[in-house]
Amino acid sequence: MSDLAQFLFSGLTRGSIYGLVGIGFALIYRSSHVINFAQGEFVMVGGMATVFLLAAGLPLPVAALGAIIVATLIGIAVQVLVIQRMRKPSTLSIIIVTVGVSMLLRGGAEALLGRQFFSMKGFSGDAPIPFLGAKLTPQSLWIFAGLILTTVAMSLFFRRTMLGKSILATSSNRLAARLVGIDVSLVLAICFALSAALGALAGLLTTPVTLTQYDVGIALGMKGFCAAILGGLTNPFGAVVGGLILGFAEALSGGYISSAYQDAVAFILIIGMLLVRPNGLFAGPAADRV
Amino acid sequence: MPIMKNVAGFICAVLVASFATASLAQEPIKVGAFLSITGGASFLGDPQAKTLKLYVDKINASGGVLGRKLQLITYDSQGDARQAVTFVRRLIEDDKVDFIIGGSTTGETMAVVPMVESAGLPFFSMAGASVVVEPPKKWVFKTPGSDRMAVDRIFGDMAKRGLKNVGLIAGSGGFDQSCRAEAKGLTGRHGITLVADETYAPTDTDMTPQFTRINGAKAQAILSCGFGAATVITVRNYKQLGLSAPFYFTHGVASQQFVDGSGGAAEGVRVTVSAILVADDLPADDKQRDVVMSYAKEYKAAFNERPSAFGGFAYDALQMTIAAIKRAGAMDKAKVRDEIEKTKDFVGIDGVFNLSAADHMGLTAEAFKLTEIKGGEWKLLQ
Repeated sequence: MSDLAQFLFSGLTRGSIYGLVGIGFALIYRSSHVINFAQGEFVMVGGMATVFLLAAGLPLPVAALGAIIVATLIGIAVQVLVIQRMRKPSTLSIIIVTVGVSMLLRGGAEALLGRQFFSMKGFSGDAPIPFLGAKLTPQSLWIFAGLILTTVAMSLFFRRTMLGKSILATSSNRLAARLVGIDVSLVLAICFALSAALGALAGLLTTPVTLTQYDVGIALGMKGFCAAILGGLTNPFGAVVGGLILGFAEALSGGYISSAYQDAVAFILIIGMLLVRPNGLFAGPAADRV
Repeated sequence: MPIMKNVAGFICAVLVASFATASLAQEPIKVGAFLSITGGASFLGDPQAKTLKLYVDKINASGGVLGRKLQLITYDSQGDARQAVTFVRRLIEDDKVDFIIGGSTTGETMAVVPMVESAGLPFFSMAGASVVVEPPKKWVFKTPGSDRMAVDRIFGDMAKRGLKNVGLIAGSGGFDQSCRAEAKGLTGRHGITLVADETYAPTDTDMTPQFTRINGAKAQAILSCGFGAATVITVRNYKQLGLSAPFYFTHGVASQQFVDGSGGAAEGVRVTVSAILVADDLPADDKQRDVVMSYAKEYKAAFNERPSAFGGFAYDALQMTIAAIKRAGAMDKAKVRDEIEKTKDFVGIDGVFNLSAADHMGLTAEAFKLTEIKGGEWKLLQ
């Protein structure tokens, strides 16, 4: 029994991390139909900035806020300096540009901070909490709480605020949005800023568990992308559920089948689900872009 | 005046010729190096490049070898086997070097072995895996101790403490899996049974399921094969579950980052390390003490960073070859090779080397020091 609980806790930890990273993918995709392959690097930037601001002697809340601001500024810079200047910004070319941005951020971090890994303490210490005969680290709860709060905040943002609605309008028809007076490039800049901020939040919450390194974004980005795909890309809530499914699948297959095949089992599961629901679990009908 | 012209020409020719012979006598001994100075294995190649530069300069400052200066030619192979092949071809054919030190990784080393064997010049590799010198190849030597020695040392300690049922946790990378294979092969020698054999991906964020299984298999001790950030996560997860079976790591984690990153979770963990990590702790009668202390001091003075075992690989390779050249009395490739093979009781950073025709590494398991982490410090176990 306690084995099962331990596997579930492991799944919760992993799943929350993947979900939190996945939300950023879903947000950008929802607003611009672009897959932002630099999302994982924003997670790295958030983690790194927090580690270094903490090392500079700042208290945790200030360091966390500082890290989010740093990542947000980078996100805005990417939109203003790169994407806005593209002559014919087709979706595909923007996606390729984000791949370039991810390499730039990764290489920059490598050159600036070196290749070693950095770590930080858990927000509420590292003493494990015994529960149901298993042990959970307090940081896992922080990550899960961050995941829930982010989802709720995003949902309110899209439903209740003018800005959120402008983003949705830009997404469904860019020309029409412009005609009703929405500044489309401003909306896109806000989206990049927001997803960078979410990436940084994911980074600073998860770094006490995953540690951080210049290339940590590749692996986290890949898992987060899977979570978002599984949940249906356009739906941030879907990314959360997708992340948790992925996390539980890995932990349970690692625990009960074989740790050597846990990734394989998880990916087979994803392929299976996508065969049944090609648009992901929570996507609307595929016709909305016609 | 044609005659005068000829005389002048003759004098010129004599002068040029005498300069040429003078410069021939002064011609430097060429040391070729190809190292992963940048790229994925830069943590290996960077200190190696610095060490070679530092000691080639030092040797030259004190008059060189047999009256000849050393000329160091270094290429950055970036951990890429294809680049290593290109650079070694250049070292042999264009630069015409006298011997080669390099190959920070096993992949780069194995890729250039056939070329070095057919060219016929001494080659010291700094790759970890045993395959480099097993079976022995005529011109190929290596300085780092292998993971087999590390696992041998650890299993020996477990057996001494009466811990016979061992759980294994390893990453899926090459370094990790090589160590895992050695562990499986060495169980019989120490009467050890592997009761669990768990794996994780290098990018995994949580290894508690693996430890739950190891615990369920009633392991009396746990051996981890791995390096980098993942090992910090394993040791934290081990602590999180409150396991009591003693936890052992091989030298892959022998860095201060591991201790700092684990935030106290690494207390009591046992690790095989190179002597350089415990230089200050080495007893006064330890053969390596003086060599290790002076290398550490000189490296730190030159580069203002902590010396690592990896730089030590380059130190040992250079010093052993220089000693062999001196014994041979001339930079004759075949003679120097023979002398390297006859190296006995060479006290280096990485251990005490005793080479032979059958053993082109020449280290025993004693080359690794067993340490326990106490109060965030590496404490040497006697």
